[in-house]
Amino acid sequence: MTDLANDPTAAREAASAAARVRRRYAAERRFRLYGILAIGAALSFLVLLLASIVLRGYGAFTATEVELDVFFDPAVLDPSGALDRATLGGADYRRLIIAAVGDRFEGAEDRRAKREALAMISTGARFDLRDMVLENPGIVGTTRKVWLQTSADIDMLRKGFITREVSEGERRVSDRQLGWFDSLAADGQVRTVFNTRFLTGGDSREPERAGIGGAIVGSLFTMLVTLLLAFPFGVMTAVYLEEFAPKNNKWVDLIEVNINNLAAVPSIVFGLLGLAVFLNFFELPRSAPVVGGMTLALMTLPTIIIATRSALKAVPPSIREAALGVGASSIQVVTHHVLPLALPGILTGTIIGMAQALGETAPLLMIGMVAFIVDIPGGPTDPATVLPVQIFLWADSPERAFVEKTAAAIMVLLFFLILMNAIAILLRRRFERRW
Amino acid sequence: MANTQLQDADPRDGAVSSRPAARRTKMAARDVNVFYGDTHALKGVDLDVYEHEVTAFIGPSGCGKSTLLRCLNRMNDMIEGCRVSGEMTLDGRDIYSRDIDVVQLRAEIGMVFQKPNPFPKSIYDNVAYGPRIHGLARTKSDLDEIVLTSLEKTGLLDEVHDRLDQPGTGLSGGQQQRLCIARAIAVSPKVILMDEPCSALDPIATARIEELIDELRENYTIVIVTHNMQQAARVSQRTAFFHLGSLIEMDETEQVFTSPKNEHTQGYITGRYG
Repeated sequence: MTDLANDPTAAREAASAAARVRRRYAAERRFRLYGILAIGAALSFLVLLLASIVLRGYGAFTATEVELDVFFDPAVLDPSGALDRATLGGADYRRLIIAAVGDRFEGAEDRRAKREALAMISTGARFDLRDMVLENPGIVGTTRKVWLQTSADIDMLRKGFITREVSEGERRVSDRQLGWFDSLAADGQVRTVFNTRFLTGGDSREPERAGIGGAIVGSLFTMLVTLLLAFPFGVMTAVYLEEFAPKNNKWVDLIEVNINNLAAVPSIVFGLLGLAVFLNFFELPRSAPVVGGMTLALMTLPTIIIATRSALKAVPPSIREAALGVGASSIQVVTHHVLPLALPGILTGTIIGMAQALGETAPLLMIGMVAFIVDIPGGPTDPATVLPVQIFLWADSPERAFVEKTAAAIMVLLFFLILMNAIAILLRRRFERRW
Repeated sequence: MANTQLQDADPRDGAVSSRPAARRTKMAARDVNVFYGDTHALKGVDLDVYEHEVTAFIGPSGCGKSTLLRCLNRMNDMIEGCRVSGEMTLDGRDIYSRDIDVVQLRAEIGMVFQKPNPFPKSIYDNVAYGPRIHGLARTKSDLDEIVLTSLEKTGLLDEVHDRLDQPGTGLSGGQQQRLCIARAIAVSPKVILMDEPCSALDPIATARIEELIDELRENYTIVIVTHNMQQAARVSQRTAFFHLGSLIEMDETEQVFTSPKNEHTQGYITGRYG
């Protein structure tokens, strides 16, 4: 060993070595700090995004109702007195509401005032009255206190989105309507309820009646078709390519390259393909989940194939050898050992692919799933829309109330995406086996 | 290990008819050549594996001993670009002939691998898998019997009888390897091929496996590839020494280890290379 005190070179080296160590530590600290900063930035963006959506959208889950005395006038509903469903169903329930608001609201005598009074109640309220009567025809001829849904403007007023200070011409609620609303509120005839219609109803031109139930069902049918097509085809393709296809074969290589490329193709291209092939050539129904599902299946297929192949690759070859060694055929090796072991990976890949498909809008625009559809689809061939397209449609609407609906629909979509990812994690945990 | 047959044994000779009645050729290879792509991995190998004996394949790495072993139950079929020529027989049947079903063949010629590779299933299912796919058991009790006998034969039953439903991967390395042997004998093979079965085990587990191999010899014919020359000397009756893809020498184990005829064999055994 060199004596440090007597050897200047060694001493210098020791000093520079200490400096090097310090610099190395500083560099490591700096690097870690950058990492933490990056995570912090990413997290704050996420929080910002979620907070802005939730703050904007949570209101859509509540609706405003007002209580009115409605006289179920037999002269309007059932002039003949037969009380049969066809007459009751076809009657003009709007006139009951006109009469009810005329009674309740002071000064609602002339046409203009009556129209203003009527505009406070949702145009859909008459259907609620009709349903009440059809359910219980006995109420015809009586006067009942009925909670009626308000129009979107009154709903916005209640939620505080309409400022009373601005002049009457610049707000959507007139001074008279303000007065009537306040008098109702003073009498305890205004209430806030959970907006079940938003989750169960179909789309509507009236923001207060619009719901995402139709879009949820449409998404469900679409995903079902996608899953039924993409999962078996994807898994079988991957199993063949990974387990049975000859290695180092030009055709197999070509197929592999193309599958990998397909995963990177912009989704709108798949939409154009769907339009050209499924709609124009095979003449399948337009705007239908079956076509949407087929188009999205094309898009999901490469994701599933790639995920399945990597899951199959991760199964140790020793398991294959062990099974072959006791005399299992290659199909038995795959079905008894390789596939069960690869299943968690396959399911995770599939669910991530499905989540991607659930959030996809562009290809569906091309095949006409962007239409305004009020009815809730009853099957995969009925016209339907899906969640992201519904969000796209609402985001395009000018009414203030649709801003709220858009954000709420995004929350519902995010909920489903988180749910699917949670299922993926659960399945992986459940089926994961060690070897 | 006592071996009374050694004295009167006739060393390597191709003709089956000249064998004493006690030694019957179980498997034979005649002029076997194996190619991996352009690599000539085995060059004109001729050898006999006798029934109820342990035959050891020794030689330096890459000498072709594992290749030959894998040819004996056609495991090499799975390897892309592998070509086999020559004749290999099991009880006189050509195992590479067209009308041989590979799956059936592998049930007759079991294999135990270098690394213990139990299925990630229960101990019971590991052993029961072979009998199940070959339909060896009609009833549940038949299957139980096969599983228990197989575990018994490998001496594992006493150690695991109360946890047959536990995963086989939870056993120790030596137990896992014995489980793999139990899995192999559960389908009642004629021959068991072992590819360095003890290389991943500690000396105590190795000793148990060696003991087991000696016991199994009574009912099965065993071929073992090993890097460990002491092991070859301990467990085998006959030893084949391979070098660079050729079978250099094959004889009674005692003969090979005490007075090898070939200088390569001599060099390898005395540790000059390998």
